[in-house]
Amino acid sequence: MDLRELYQEVILDHGKNPRNHRFPDPHNREGRGYNPLCGDRIMLRLQLDGDTISDVGFIGQGCAISQASCSTMTEAIKGKTVAEAEALFGKFHKMVTVDDASATDLDSLGKLAVFAGVREFPMRVKCATLGWHTLNQALHQGEGEVRTE
Amino acid sequence: MSDVSPITGVRRVALDVWRLRDDFPALHQDVHGVPLVYLDSAATSLKPQVVIDAVTEVYGRDCANIHRAVHLLSQRATARFEAAREKVRAFVNAARSTEVIFTRGTTEAINLVAQSWGRAHLGEDDEVLLTELEHHSNIVPWQILCQQTGATLVVVPMTDEGEILRETFEQKLSERTKVVALAHVSNALGTVLPVKELAALAHDRGAVVVVDGAQAVSHAEVDVQALDCDFYAFSGHKLYGPSGIGVLYGKEKLLEAMPPYQGGGDMIRSVTFEETIYNDLPYKFEAGTPNIAGAIGLGAAIDYFTSFDQRGVHAHERAVLDYATDALQSVPGVRLIGTAPGKAAVLSFLMEAAHPHDIGTIVDAEGVAIRTGHHCAQPVMEHFGVAATARASLGMYNTLEDVDALVRALHKVQELFG
Repeated sequence: MDLRELYQEVILDHGKNPRNHRFPDPHNREGRGYNPLCGDRIMLRLQLDGDTISDVGFIGQGCAISQASCSTMTEAIKGKTVAEAEALFGKFHKMVTVDDASATDLDSLGKLAVFAGVREFPMRVKCATLGWHTLNQALHQGEGEVRTE
Repeated sequence: MSDVSPITGVRRVALDVWRLRDDFPALHQDVHGVPLVYLDSAATSLKPQVVIDAVTEVYGRDCANIHRAVHLLSQRATARFEAAREKVRAFVNAARSTEVIFTRGTTEAINLVAQSWGRAHLGEDDEVLLTELEHHSNIVPWQILCQQTGATLVVVPMTDEGEILRETFEQKLSERTKVVALAHVSNALGTVLPVKELAALAHDRGAVVVVDGAQAVSHAEVDVQALDCDFYAFSGHKLYGPSGIGVLYGKEKLLEAMPPYQGGGDMIRSVTFEETIYNDLPYKFEAGTPNIAGAIGLGAAIDYFTSFDQRGVHAHERAVLDYATDALQSVPGVRLIGTAPGKAAVLSFLMEAAHPHDIGTIVDAEGVAIRTGHHCAQPVMEHFGVAATARASLGMYNTLEDVDALVRALHKVQELFG
């Protein structure tokens, strides 16, 4: 098993130094994510102007995979429309969960493609998707806290 | 393996670990292309072949319900099931086998005490005393009981080493304390609690003492009469036995006075729609067809475990633990959580560079199985201000080489994250 498949440089870097690790001011959407099994937490805030995510940031704690995934997500969705962000989540989710590696168009995921290795570590899928589920909750103004476990 | 630990200089005892490892088939496999190093016995211990054979034989030969039919298979199954109860009695040194109740595990045993004894005895002015290091299974049943009865949950805090001090315990004991529930050995930290001493203090105040022995039975001497606890709960699967079987020991006087926990077959003497007369101990608390193969497998596990000199087993685990304690601390950035003197078989730790879950994944790729997470003891995690720890835990089959493999794997973590 090649751990470098999972822990790519980009992931290690974003895990140690998460980008957009602050709350945007102003913001009009908020999501909270929690994985009770490992204690990973994410609070995500974003400013939605019309249909566009004009700013986004998060504060979180947890494993390298969960924090790097959320960090790269914030980079990827900033300036995107809600529909574009949701389409990315769809592709990302498919990439980390579907057995057939060729099923995902990695090029269209850009930097997010570094998480392709997560597919080989089923126990870690919940870590990689925590930020995205939290985004989903923020966009749809769900109540309470979203959990992956 | 050398006869002397290179770290501690402790001379190894006459327990032939390399030979007994042959008894555990699960040890002899490759994971991710490398030999398995199993350091998660606090979650569940591996099973020796004699236990697997005993369970197989129940289903393959003596497959019958117990306490019922007159046919030979049922007679055999019943005899083996009751023989297993007697093995448990002898193992924990209960005064009589009617004090040994088979349950699904430690959790069900504690719930049984909370619901049967607790609901009959607790009211609004009463207190349930726990310690801060309890497993969720020794917290939640009491919380539920407090909600039902209006009683108050009181917690004895632990020290930063993970100890429960006599003085702190005494301060929290009061005239209102009706029941004291405490672990014999902490699953998250390895702390061994002075159960005998604390039980005596609790009894002075008239409280009933319930001990969670899940982690203790394979690592400490358990003599329920010497401890003088009122209830003692443990699970088969942490004692090299099957999962889904456990034991509640209770003093006869208390058990006799308690109402049934569940109703059903086997726990009755006679039933009409007007009235049911309950069966005698222990059957009063064993409603329904029990885990027959599990109980017989647990009996086989006790036979196996006690075939070794217990002091030898404990001394071996102590030597490996001491070696591991020093070895882990030699890895840069490692911090041990839970450093109580005389602790047993558990090494909870953090690494500066990596989150426990990342540690778990990386060492798994090296073949080393450890546990990561909150270990069902979130209040313990809260005490240390962390969400999770990595935990290596030992069984009788672990060697110094297993520790070396863990340390090598942690160096990989360091390489990747450092």
